[in-house]
Amino acid sequence: MAEILLRAQGIYKSFVGVEALKDVNFSIRAGEIHCLAGENGSGKSTLIKVISGVYTPDAGHIEFNGKRYTKITPIEAINNGIQVIYQDFSIFPNLTVMENLAFNSELAEGRKLINYRRMRSIAEEAISKIDFKVDLDAYVGTLSVAEKQMIAISRALMFNTKLIIMDEPTTALTKKEVRNLFSIILTLKKRGIAILFVSHKLNEVFEISENFTILRSGELVASGSTAELDDKKFSFYMTGRDFSARRYKVKNRSEKPIFQANQVSIPGFFEDISFSLHRSEILGITGLLDSGRTELALSMFGIKPIAKGSYYINEQLVQITNPRIAIEHKLGFVPEDRLSEGLFLPQSIADNIVISEIDKLTKKAGIVDQKKRGDEIAHWVKELAIATPDPNNACQTLSGGNQQRIVLAKWLACNLDILVLNGPTVGVDIGSKHDIHGILQELANKGLGVIIISDDLPEIIENCSKIIVLKNGTIAAQLEAQETDEKTILSYML
Amino acid sequence: MKSTTALFIKKISKRNEPYVFLVLLGLCILIEIRSGQFFSSNNLVDIASALIVPGLFAIGAFLVIISGGIDVSFPALASLSVYATTKYLLDINYQGGVWAAILMALAIGALLGAFNGIFIGYFKLPALIVTLGSSSVFRGIMQGALNSRQLTIIPQGMRNWGTSSLFIARNPVSGLTSRMPVAFVVFLVVLLFVFFLMRYTMFGRSIYAIGGSELSAHSSGFNVVRTKIIMYTMVGMIASLAGVIRVCMMQQAHPTNMLGMEMNIIAGVVLGGTAITGGRGTLLGCMLGTLLIVIVENSLILLGIPTSWKSVFTGALIIIGTGVSSYQVILMNRIKKKNNPNKEAA
Repeated sequence: MAEILLRAQGIYKSFVGVEALKDVNFSIRAGEIHCLAGENGSGKSTLIKVISGVYTPDAGHIEFNGKRYTKITPIEAINNGIQVIYQDFSIFPNLTVMENLAFNSELAEGRKLINYRRMRSIAEEAISKIDFKVDLDAYVGTLSVAEKQMIAISRALMFNTKLIIMDEPTTALTKKEVRNLFSIILTLKKRGIAILFVSHKLNEVFEISENFTILRSGELVASGSTAELDDKKFSFYMTGRDFSARRYKVKNRSEKPIFQANQVSIPGFFEDISFSLHRSEILGITGLLDSGRTELALSMFGIKPIAKGSYYINEQLVQITNPRIAIEHKLGFVPEDRLSEGLFLPQSIADNIVISEIDKLTKKAGIVDQKKRGDEIAHWVKELAIATPDPNNACQTLSGGNQQRIVLAKWLACNLDILVLNGPTVGVDIGSKHDIHGILQELANKGLGVIIISDDLPEIIENCSKIIVLKNGTIAAQLEAQETDEKTILSYML
Repeated sequence: MKSTTALFIKKISKRNEPYVFLVLLGLCILIEIRSGQFFSSNNLVDIASALIVPGLFAIGAFLVIISGGIDVSFPALASLSVYATTKYLLDINYQGGVWAAILMALAIGALLGAFNGIFIGYFKLPALIVTLGSSSVFRGIMQGALNSRQLTIIPQGMRNWGTSSLFIARNPVSGLTSRMPVAFVVFLVVLLFVFFLMRYTMFGRSIYAIGGSELSAHSSGFNVVRTKIIMYTMVGMIASLAGVIRVCMMQQAHPTNMLGMEMNIIAGVVLGGTAITGGRGTLLGCMLGTLLIVIVENSLILLGIPTSWKSVFTGALIIIGTGVSSYQVILMNRIKKKNNPNKEAA
C-alpha cells in the first residue's frame, strides 16, 4: 500500500447556521482513484473546497504527506500538488489552445510580457504529458467538450501535481469519450498521481474507482472499497431511502394510437422513422449521441420540423412546423437542457409553472386572474412535491431535480395528451430521479402518452413499455421492454 | 508551400477584416469612378485627418468591448475633461505650449476613467448602466458646475498646435490644399502603443481573457478588478486626448458637439469584427471598420449623395456589417454541429 497522501480529519464547516460538513473524515493514497459521491447539497463541493483551501474548516485538520494544517490557503494547496478541475474547466473559449495552456504558469511566474515562442514550448510540453494531439493555434471555443477537458487536465499536470480533483468529469461526454478519459486516468495513476472524482453516476463509480466516500447531508455515511458496493447499497447510502425497481406495466392502453410517425426524415440526422404511441404507453427512444435521437425529439415538437414523412395526432395528419402547433394539439416537450431551453431561471417558480397556460388564466379583458393563478400554482407545487419555501422565489434557487419538476408542472398544467421528454433525468440526483420516474408512470396510467428519449438504459428499461433503438439515424431495433436487457440494447446501439 | 497558403486563406476567410477591407476598397473605387476625386492627394489627407478623433475614440471603445464591457460615456468624458482644461487655461490666461493642455486633460481623463473603472471593476456593476450614468453625470458637471457655453477662443498654445501641420497636400487639378495635422502622429503613437499592449503584454492578454470568461480569468490567477480599473483609466485618458485634439483642430471648444458620437464609434468597432460579447477582435479590424464609417460620413458627397442621407447609409452599413458577422457565427455553429457527430462516429 502506498503512503497516505492526504488526510482530512474531523472536518466541520457551517455557513450561517447551516452545517455543511459534520465530522467528516477522508483520506486518499498516492495513485489511488477515489470517488466522492453524494446528492446535491450533501456537502461534496464543500469538502473539495476545504481540501483545496478555498474554505477554512471550522474544526478539524488536514494532513498533506504527514504535514499537519489546521488552515490552508489555495496557494499552499497548489504547492502541495493539489489541482482542481471544475465543471466549467476554467478555460477561455476566445483564445487559442496555446494561450489557455500557458497562461497559468506564466502568471505563476509573474511574467509581464508575452513571448509566443516560450508559450508554445510550454504548451507543447503540457500536452505531451498525456499524449494529447491538438492544434495549438485552434480556438478553444471550437473544440469538443472532451478536448476542453483534456486541456484542463494537461494544464493541471504542469505543476508538480500529486492529486487531481475532478468535479463531475463525465457529465457532457459521450460513451467513447468517457472511456478515453478513463484510460488517461489510469495512466496518471501509474505515475502515482491520485485522482478524486466527484460523481453521482453509479456505473462510473463501479468502473473506475478503487475506493469510495459517500456523503449525505454533510455527514459521512459510508466509505471503503468499491468492490464491496452494489447498486442497491449505493442508492441507499446516497439517499437513505430503499428503492425497489418498479417496472412499468401498461394498464389502460387505448384502442387507437394517439401519436404516430410515418416515415419521417430530416436528411443528415434521421431517415424513415415510423412508430406509434397509444394512451398509457411509455415509448423509449435510445441511441448514441449522434444517432439522431435529439433531432427526432426536436422534430416532434416542431423546433426542427421534419423534411419528409408525416406525424399523426389522434389519427389526424398534423404538420408540426413550430412549437405552437404542437401545443395546440396537446403535445408537450421537456428539453434536454432544461436550464437553457425549458425554464426562465431568474423568474419565479410560480411564473414558470403557469407560463404555458397563461391564456387560460385571464379574465375577459386579458388581465391575469390572480386567484386562479394562485390556485393553479399551489396545486402543482403540492402535486409534484416541489421543495420550496415560497413559489415566488427564483427558479435558479432550486436543485436540478426540483427544476425538472417545474418543467413537468408547466406542461401538466396544460392538460396534455402527449408528453415528449428528452433526457428527463440528466444531472438529477437519485432521489429526485426516482420521484420523477414515479410521476411519469402515474401520469401514463392516467392516460397520458409519454415518449422518453434517453441514453440512460436502466431508466428506459424500467419506465418504458416499448423501446426503439436508433443507430446512425435509422431504427436498429424495436423491443418490448419486458423482454429485453441492457446488453441487448447496447448491442443494437453500437 | 501550397498547403500553407491554402491554410492561410482558409483561416483568414473566417475573419471579418478581409471582408471589411474589400467593402472599403469597393467603396473607394466606386467613389473614384464617380468623382475622380477620391485618390487625389488632398482627399486622402482629409480622410486621414478626419480619422484622428474617431480613431482614438475607437481604440478606447475597442479595449472596453474586448474586455466584455461597453462604454457609452467616452464622448461626455472627453467633452468634460477638455472643456474644463480649456476653461481653466483661459481663466489663468495661460500663454505656454499645448503640453499643459494635454497633460491636464490626460489627468482629468484618468480620474474620470478610474471613476468608471471602480464602479465596473470593484463594485462589479454592469458597464452599460455605469457608463450611461456617468455620461449623464459628466454632462451635468459640465453644464451645471462649469456653466458651459461655447468657447470661441482657445489658448494660444492649443491654437498653434491645432494649425501646425506635418505637410500640406495640394490637388494639382483643383488647386485645393489640405493640411496633415501634427496630431496624426499622436494617433499613430497611441495606435502602436495599444497594439503592442494587446499583443505582447500579459496585461493586454488579460483583457482578452476577461472578455472570454471572467470566471476563468479569476480562477487562473488574473487580477480582474485591477485590470479593469487600469483599463478604464487608460480609456479615459485616450478619450480625453481625442477631445484635446478635436478642440485644437476646430479652434474652439464646444461643450456638446462630441456628444452622440458613441453610437457610430461602437458601430465601427463592431463592423471591424470585434465581438460585442467580448474577447474577440483585432485592432486592425477595428481601424478598418472605423475608416469605413469615416469615409461614408465624409465622402458620400463625392458620390453626389446629399449629406442629409449620411445617417441612412451609416445605419445600413451597421446593419449589414453586424448582420454578416452574426451570420458567420450561425454558419460556423452549423458546420460544427454537422462535423462533430461524424467525428464521434469515426
